[in-house]
Amino acid sequence: MMATLTFYLAGAIAVIATALAITRSNPVHAVIYLVNSFFALALLFYLLGAPLLAAWELIIYAGAIMVLFLFIIMMLKLSPSSAEKGLVATRGQWVPVVLLAVALASCTMLLTGLDPATAQEAPRWHASPRDFGYALFKEYALAVEIASFQLLFAAVGAFYVGRPDKMRDEEDVV
Amino acid sequence: MIVPMEHVLVLSIILFTLGLICVLARRNLIMILIGVEVMLNAVGLTFVGASALWQNLDGQMMVIFLMAMTSAEVSISLAMVVYLQRRKNSVDVRSFNEMRG
Repeated sequence: MMATLTFYLAGAIAVIATALAITRSNPVHAVIYLVNSFFALALLFYLLGAPLLAAWELIIYAGAIMVLFLFIIMMLKLSPSSAEKGLVATRGQWVPVVLLAVALASCTMLLTGLDPATAQEAPRWHASPRDFGYALFKEYALAVEIASFQLLFAAVGAFYVGRPDKMRDEEDVV
Repeated sequence: MIVPMEHVLVLSIILFTLGLICVLARRNLIMILIGVEVMLNAVGLTFVGASALWQNLDGQMMVIFLMAMTSAEVSISLAMVVYLQRRKNSVDVRSFNEMRG
């Protein structure tokens, strides 16, 4: 019961945060809302029996990819940011705070519900990291290798596309 | 399953549609990439939901490869954004409407 309630709560947070993210004019705000949405999605993954994927959603998506977005946005020095004056958050800035707080609160609620002393429902199916690792590296070993190649090519390609102008000019001369 | 599969699908459809709207409506390259991220995550939610429905690990495996694919896609596309910004000093897609080789 608690898990079902948490599912709908996290789903609502994911939809609201995503809707806010795609309507922001400032990309930095959009990325922060999207991190909110990924927290809620990680909770959904956990509730649907994928604890390892939930952790990776946070580590890879919210932690690495979104920070890469932020890094690029800061690096590009986009249009002048609309920096509000004063230290107190404006009304708009409270929305991400509230969303993230509700996500964390529902996560805590879930942990309370999972307390073995109070849990009465039958244990739900979930994939333990051990099962997951066996399946990944036994049945899908070839796919893992291909994914590693893909990441290597992506790194080389990103370096090639983003190389400094000086190197580009030298190549043109040669 | 803690909730009916239909509800997972409806949530996933809503998220996917939001991402699609973002890709189609926004004119900022970075916002378009964010829309793509939203869509990929919606698909991942469907995979995890199906995995829970049939109690099978294959759906979760697909999400792992989806994450690897997204990492590669984001690194390449952000490098492209940096390159385009250097060329035109803008990340507005309307500045890049002259692909004539």
